[in-house]
Amino acid sequence: MASTAIDSHLEGLGGSHGGHHPSLQHQFDSLEQQKESSTLGMWMFLVTEVMFFGGLFGAYVVYREKFHGVFAAASHELNVTLGAFNTAVLIGSSLTMALAIWAAQLNKRKQVVLFLLLTIVLGSVFLGVKAVEYKEKFDHHLVPGPHFQPDPAHASAALIEAGDKAQVFFSLYFIMTGIHALHMIIGIGVLAWLTVLSWKGRFDATYYNPLECAGLYWHFVDIVWIFLFPLLYLIGAHAR
Amino acid sequence: MAEQHVTSVKLYLAIFFALMVGTALTVGVAKVDLGAWNDIVMLAVAVTKAVLVILFFMHVKYSTRLTALTAAGGFLFLGILLLYTLNDYFSRGAFLLDVPGK
Repeated sequence: MASTAIDSHLEGLGGSHGGHHPSLQHQFDSLEQQKESSTLGMWMFLVTEVMFFGGLFGAYVVYREKFHGVFAAASHELNVTLGAFNTAVLIGSSLTMALAIWAAQLNKRKQVVLFLLLTIVLGSVFLGVKAVEYKEKFDHHLVPGPHFQPDPAHASAALIEAGDKAQVFFSLYFIMTGIHALHMIIGIGVLAWLTVLSWKGRFDATYYNPLECAGLYWHFVDIVWIFLFPLLYLIGAHAR
Repeated sequence: MAEQHVTSVKLYLAIFFALMVGTALTVGVAKVDLGAWNDIVMLAVAVTKAVLVILFFMHVKYSTRLTALTAAGGFLFLGILLLYTLNDYFSRGAFLLDVPGK
């Protein structure tokens, strides 16, 4: 008796029973409103991410001005070819991420899974290249700390002359690219989870908010790299 | 449910190629010594690439005004952070004290 009364009450609120979409949460009036809320919430999070990386970019700008020539000499130690290759890989992964959402909007379930997997593969290639680059920096004693000792066989005269000031550049290099790589690892984890859900058919043209939000995050990480690449790799490209 | 905007594959590919051209351009220009212009060109290309990603890959061009305003707000705060930090350092002459290699 009582339960019937409650059920009919919920029914009146557009509640538990009836023809609403299975992915529509009760607090939202419509799928459209739900999508708008999740997109807005994701952007709010990305604003905090902009400020998080912004602090590091601020530190970079200040020290870049203070140690102008030193930064150019230190930047010269980074591998521009690998950096440019990784930039292309990451832009490619943004394309496949965007195409995964395109496929979801057209109800192409298998293509959603395919494009998500491609995005994960490209993200992993990026991290693999980054690992190669990190190892090279360790081998060349360019990691800040007690063992920082640019080798005259590899490093330019300007870098050796710069001494400890060059450590500021490499500290920023490792912190900024390291936190960027951490974001990529988290992104790959999220995409792997969404690939499983996509395979199970959780998303279609009417509901793909998690894909949209993961896409926003992935593209944001791409944008961070779009700035990191020239600021870290290219400022010393014409100097020697 | 209202109409949702579906970006065509053609447009996504066009944005992808524009981003790749921007990357090639920024690497090419970096190898030529343009003095202070190197940094300006580099940042101009990076900002252009970022705007393309935000507008098309992140769908801000087709989003509601509230979402677009939130996105723009983030970069406004970033601008305040960077400008006031630099204002402080420049006005105290911090960059004039140490100029090796300049």
